[in-house]
Amino acid sequence: MILRRVAVISYGMTKVDKHWNKSLRSLFGEAALNAINKVKNPKIDAIIVGNMCASDLSDQNNIGAIVADELGLTPITAYRVEAACGSGGAALLTGFSLVSSGVYDVVMVGGVEKLTDNIGKMISFSLGKAADAEYELFYGATFASLNALLMNRYMYVYKTPREAFADFAVLMHKNGAKNPYAQLPFEINREIALNSEYIADPIRLYDCAPIGDGAAVIILCSLEEASKYTDSFVEIIGISGASDTINIASRDDLLSLKATVTAANNAYKMAKVTPKDIDVAEIHDTFTITAAISLEDLGFCERGKFDKFLYEGAFEPGGIVAINPSGGLKSRGHPVGATGVYQAAEITMQLLGEAGKMQIPNAEIGLTHNMGGVGSSVYVSIMKRVK
Amino acid sequence: MKPIIDVVISGWGSYIPIYRIPVEEIARIWGSSSDHFKKDLLIDEKSVAGLDEDVATISVEAAKNALSRAKINPKEIGAIFVGTETKPYAVKPTGTIVAEAIGASEKLLAADFEFACKAGTECLQCCIGLVGSNMIKYGMAIGADVAEGAPSDPLEYSAGSGGTAIIVASKNQEKEPAALLEGSVSFVTDTPDFWRRPKKDYPNHAEAFTGEPAYFRHVISATKLLMEELSLRTSDFKYVVFHQPNGKFPIRAARILGFKKEQIEPGLIVPYIGNLYSGSSLTGFSAILDIAKPGDRILLVSYGSGAGSDAFSFIVKDGILAKQNRAPKVMDYIKRKKIIDYALYCKFRGKI
Amino acid sequence: MMSVPRYWREIPYRIRLEAKKCKLCNYVNYPPRSKCLKCGSTEFEKYILPKRGKLLSFSIIRNPPIGFDKKTPYVIGLVELEDGTRLITQITDIDINELKIGMEVEQVFRKITEDGDSGIIQYGVKFRPKNM
Repeated sequence: MILRRVAVISYGMTKVDKHWNKSLRSLFGEAALNAINKVKNPKIDAIIVGNMCASDLSDQNNIGAIVADELGLTPITAYRVEAACGSGGAALLTGFSLVSSGVYDVVMVGGVEKLTDNIGKMISFSLGKAADAEYELFYGATFASLNALLMNRYMYVYKTPREAFADFAVLMHKNGAKNPYAQLPFEINREIALNSEYIADPIRLYDCAPIGDGAAVIILCSLEEASKYTDSFVEIIGISGASDTINIASRDDLLSLKATVTAANNAYKMAKVTPKDIDVAEIHDTFTITAAISLEDLGFCERGKFDKFLYEGAFEPGGIVAINPSGGLKSRGHPVGATGVYQAAEITMQLLGEAGKMQIPNAEIGLTHNMGGVGSSVYVSIMKRVK
Repeated sequence: MKPIIDVVISGWGSYIPIYRIPVEEIARIWGSSSDHFKKDLLIDEKSVAGLDEDVATISVEAAKNALSRAKINPKEIGAIFVGTETKPYAVKPTGTIVAEAIGASEKLLAADFEFACKAGTECLQCCIGLVGSNMIKYGMAIGADVAEGAPSDPLEYSAGSGGTAIIVASKNQEKEPAALLEGSVSFVTDTPDFWRRPKKDYPNHAEAFTGEPAYFRHVISATKLLMEELSLRTSDFKYVVFHQPNGKFPIRAARILGFKKEQIEPGLIVPYIGNLYSGSSLTGFSAILDIAKPGDRILLVSYGSGAGSDAFSFIVKDGILAKQNRAPKVMDYIKRKKIIDYALYCKFRGKI
Repeated sequence: MMSVPRYWREIPYRIRLEAKKCKLCNYVNYPPRSKCLKCGSTEFEKYILPKRGKLLSFSIIRNPPIGFDKKTPYVIGLVELEDGTRLITQITDIDINELKIGMEVEQVFRKITEDGDSGIIQYGVKFRPKNM
């Protein structure tokens, strides 16, 4: 039960890239200014920021103070929320709760990640901490290899052709080629994907989101007050988070990520919609297998039929639901702690008709799906066009 | 030497890694002929410890096999001694790693022994003493090694990996005694035939000197002393197991002492897996226990450079028959193999 | 750098495979937790996991994490033990092309990695094809 309805009144983001010239702070500053400048000088009451790796890769904690300082917004409260790659979604849930409960009126929800200040092995080491340190990483498992276990099992049980996963990556790049903010805005083909080097068999390079930096920011306020700041706003009509066991060995079913199912069902219920009502969705495709399972868990696809639905065009405009018009994590990129906020900004753009070449026509209801770990921390939000 | 209380073998178990490298493959790299090793030294292949194996891991599997045969609660073991010249840690006992892995009690003696290739039988002597003086109920002695010879050195062709664990108990304690210790002897001198200084990766050896003044003197002296003490003749033994640095030395020692081919051959495992160093004579002994029948008398004589020999005489008892099939046998491990090339061998053994 | 206390503390669970079996619903909690995952009970008994199982899935590591250099390629596996308990582990003593989902495997005590040439050695349980 919520006390106040919540609107998104602005958004801003940086391009996702290997930003050698930009720091953690300046990335956040850029995205935040983009958001702030779109609206009539909102008085921000609080900042919630999602970030996963600053402690390992930037030697920096206390990220809330960092961003409040960067924007000259002290003494408002600001703090980091962390849920591995789901930090952005967790920040969104937190910001929503603060506005909805009436504790604060205008809340800036942001996400920022600066991965490229360190070398590959260190980045991998930091990202790996989403998994179980003592009972998965201890054995030399990498985050990719844990997802590869799901992919290998999925193909064994459902006999899905390997090509289907490559073709999903092709679709993501087709979309991302239209996104000015994407890290990899170019099309690829199946051969490129299938012949890319192995990361952890059967996952290859082109099954994985790239490594990049970025920041995204949205501004929330109560629905009632939204028109004070802007004519262009959308409403968050459903939102939920859910968890699952840290170790994938403790799961009952390897081919469904229960936290997605739970969070999605709660969000659908709150929003009073079903998967059929969703026009556009930004889902969490860290790996192509994550996308396959998530599409099923979100109710957009029957279990085990990911390839069938893909080839029938279910995930493209005119199909069942337009998936990742931004290019998704695969092509738009995955600045880990920020991704969940990128997704929220992208859906907002879609519902406002401001998505340019990525625009899905007549987008009324949109969904974001953000995941930390191998489905251990999942956040789903549903937004609706107001006018 | 004979303890005051009769001591019996309660369990035995071995472990040999799966990988093998043929002597021809090593010879190929160095442009040598494999003939000398195959025909004179009677070594065809040696076992190679994998990337994730060391004396601790070998000891644990051997110990678990011995426990399966003994069928005792590991918490009743009063001593776990590991004899090796390739300790995983120079300082930190392997015995405690094995103890925790098998679920032994904290009330325990646990130390690592070094006496080149006879460290394992040295552990056995001590366990016999502790059990035979009623200080502990069960003692576990392990001989295991992952030794290597320097690249292109003759020892590179023969230094193999593996080990064996023996559990001893007092005769009154053990419901199914596998073998009774009749007596033992240790014979040692300061003979520097083979050694390794602390910061070196590989040992040195004095080549031909490792024969007559070293191996043969000690093996033969210890055997003669034991047979004298126990008033035994060569024909009293069904099986004879000597330390096996190669096939040639134990066969020659047997001939010098007057033993026959049939007595020495069943326990000769070096052609298949090489010289297991501290695991060598104990693993040959384990292979005999796998097939022996009640009433058989077994002579076990180790040799450790530096130098010395431990000689034991065991009489096989009725309890052995029920125990033999409770764990994998030495021949099961010997038959289980994967041939590797020199490149993988270098990777596994950290030579690169 | 592996923390010594962190390594040492998990020895009973990682090396002896000690789990906590819920006295109320019999669910085997491995790794152990404070409250039973299924029923929330806090009454447990010590339970040793079975030594054998089958391979549910595997992946091959070619880009190792820190601490596992020069050990590739190695196999990460998800094993389901005879009592239904599952765990993440490594599969050892096997050629990559012999790996098959569904194959029977058995537990072995092996070295996981070491902390350079001066740090501690980390041991744990891996699984090999059932053949002994």
